[in-house]
Amino acid sequence: MKNHSNQLQHFLLGLLAVSMLALASCGKTNQGANTGTLGGNAASKTYVAPGQLDEFYAFMSGGFSGQVSVYGLPSGRLFKVIPVFSVDGEKGYGFNEETKPLLNTSHGFIPWDDAHHPNLSQTNGETDGRWLFINGNNTPRIARIDLSTFETVETIEIPNSGGNHSSPYLTQNTEYLMAGTRFSVPIPQKDVPISSYAQNFQGALSFISVDKVSGEMDVAFQVLMPGIDYDLASCGKNQSHGWAFFTSYNSEQKNSLLEVNASQNDKDFVAAINWKKAEEYLAQGKAKEFPTNYMHNVYNESTQTATSTAKKTVKVLNPADCPGLVYFLPTPKSPHGIDVNPTGEYIACSGKLSADITVHSFANMLKAIDKKDFDGEYQGIPILKFESVLGGVVKEPGLGPLHTEYDNEGNAYTSFFISSEIVKWKVGTWEVLDRVPTYYSIGHLMVPGGNSTKPQGKYVVALNKITKDRYLPTGPELTQSAQLYSIDGAKMELLLDFPTIGEPHYAQGIAASKIVPKSKQFYKLSENKHPYMIPSEKDTKVVREGNNLHVYMTTIRSHFAPDNIEGVKVGDKVYFHVTNLEQDYDVPHGFAVMGANTAELLIMPGQTETLVWYPKKEGVIPMYCTDFCSALHQEMQGYIRVSPAGSATALKWWLGEEKQVQ
Amino acid sequence: MKKLVLRFFALCLLIGAFGCSSDKSAPASSDTPKPKSMLAEEADPMTNKGIGPITSVEMTAAVDQTLADHGKSVYEKMCTACHKPTEKFIGPAPKGILDRRSPEWVMNMILNPEQMVKEDPIAKKLLVEFNMSPMANQHLTEADARAVLEYFRTL
Repeated sequence: MKNHSNQLQHFLLGLLAVSMLALASCGKTNQGANTGTLGGNAASKTYVAPGQLDEFYAFMSGGFSGQVSVYGLPSGRLFKVIPVFSVDGEKGYGFNEETKPLLNTSHGFIPWDDAHHPNLSQTNGETDGRWLFINGNNTPRIARIDLSTFETVETIEIPNSGGNHSSPYLTQNTEYLMAGTRFSVPIPQKDVPISSYAQNFQGALSFISVDKVSGEMDVAFQVLMPGIDYDLASCGKNQSHGWAFFTSYNSEQKNSLLEVNASQNDKDFVAAINWKKAEEYLAQGKAKEFPTNYMHNVYNESTQTATSTAKKTVKVLNPADCPGLVYFLPTPKSPHGIDVNPTGEYIACSGKLSADITVHSFANMLKAIDKKDFDGEYQGIPILKFESVLGGVVKEPGLGPLHTEYDNEGNAYTSFFISSEIVKWKVGTWEVLDRVPTYYSIGHLMVPGGNSTKPQGKYVVALNKITKDRYLPTGPELTQSAQLYSIDGAKMELLLDFPTIGEPHYAQGIAASKIVPKSKQFYKLSENKHPYMIPSEKDTKVVREGNNLHVYMTTIRSHFAPDNIEGVKVGDKVYFHVTNLEQDYDVPHGFAVMGANTAELLIMPGQTETLVWYPKKEGVIPMYCTDFCSALHQEMQGYIRVSPAGSATALKWWLGEEKQVQ
Repeated sequence: MKKLVLRFFALCLLIGAFGCSSDKSAPASSDTPKPKSMLAEEADPMTNKGIGPITSVEMTAAVDQTLADHGKSVYEKMCTACHKPTEKFIGPAPKGILDRRSPEWVMNMILNPEQMVKEDPIAKKLLVEFNMSPMANQHLTEADARAVLEYFRTL
């Protein structure tokens, strides 16, 4: 009955939406392909009424913004941009003292990166809603986002890597995250001629372990591979659990004009790594400790502060010492995307310069290994015979296949960059079932759970590189975009376009019900162990330690305590440690100081954050709350008196009457 | 079914009305006379138990000092940013509150302030009196709120 009335409701709303659309399009001429295939009832399928909630979360990579954006599906509404690898003035991320360490690397503090492939943690091959991992491509890193707070809580740098692209694809119980280098480099780094690539360059494939309870990451080991470009990765599932697969290009080992020079060989390789075997070799002491430098940064939710640790060594396995650890699977035409299907048997490899999709069979691979069905070796690594490992070929589905996701009914969805479309095909029979255009130049695509053992199906999201005429123009730089298609019928149907931040690479989708119950509403003051936290206004104080001045400040609707401070001097370094005393949902306070060479603080209820300010000139400096907190928000302000260096102005602070706050 | 159809028409009407009517949804203005609620309060505030989880409070004749001590520590942590014990600050002073309000009202104001300032006649009036400064919900447990109430008896 309830279902029935829901259907009716949807029908009526749909009718309404359609009539509104009809109105909106009055007088417009048909713009041909630009309208896509938007059907009459598409609007009703994405309509989430005001006050209603979406069914799925979508986590999109922010690409060269360095961040992760969080959307609702099917509405395409943007909820939050989570700062990860780039500073974010809006949230004070990378500006306040607590989060700065998260951006530390062996190269020092880096305010930006290029974030590509969000991956949700999994248990038994299913997304579990605990953490989201994403790679930093430029200065090789992986970040972990806690999905109870939607905050970045850890970053780890990947040593011996030249660009962390094939990452952080994960194993079915989140035992390991993959981190394969895109650019091979001299290991350890040294000053050599670039043209000595073939002699001096190597590629490290790193396996990052994840603590089951805390989620903390560690570089467990690296496999030292021949110097080529490692592109993307996918981990085994079910029977193939224990294996990881990496695509590669540039088996030609060229270091210039790769556009031409790395496209000479008809086939490159998929590297199949038996990581359970690697664990055995580690236990046997086969790994060598390589000296290196990388940073590991962890945010402690109790102290609400991140700390950085410099790491100096890494365990490295050399395939030459470890028979059975690595095999190469020849794969046509510079394979890019690699995606193991939900059963774990098939490995779809998209030769990006090919017209076909090559699908390897895991069972065939094991048989070929067993029979030593080799076709020579490459740099000492056995090459399995192409015909022996092949599971099937999807013949001429489109041009430039890139990535594949799966549904829960044995179908696969592959993106085609050059022909700008999604093609649906049947796993096992390799027949093409349906195709739908994308606008334009799709890269990755995403089905909620589509890279796990339990895809939820229902939708596929196209993540496009080019929008051209799809949106109002905004000067030379146009928005990037996502497109939502329904996949629960026989034909895929375009439902919605929506803009994204940066360039969306990969994305992940998950049922909201797996995250909502765990979502934190505020930090409990009683659990706040920040070293500069104060639990109440009576503890507010200003402490001078030489030129360092520590202001222990609180906020509540709608005042700062203290809100008047005197005795600050030019040349001081002033730390404002601001504790938000609110203990309710959705009551953050902001804090900004005129002339401070940093961003605001945005302090969640029960949180303590620190802004550092260097007063440079004498005068009286205003400060205020930046986040509208109550009807008296505009009154939430104060003054700091700055006196000349060496002056005798007494250190005083107060709220209300001019006396020290007691 | 009928309801749905009605909702549908209501929605259409709403859309029809959009753009040609001025915004009438501004917050209920505080100076609009509300004779009924004022009267209710003036009648006898001590009979008003407020709105929230607390429907009755039992108190011993003498103050339970252990409970009051605990209440004091909770009050100092969670309430003093806005309430001084014996003088008006951001919000009113709790001294003598049990001569003015029922114990149930006090606890409901601590535990359910959002609804109280919207719907309870006394709380609504207080919000205006205190310049729209909202009573923050500090998410005390019922036990802690009860302890704070006991502490108020000692002021």
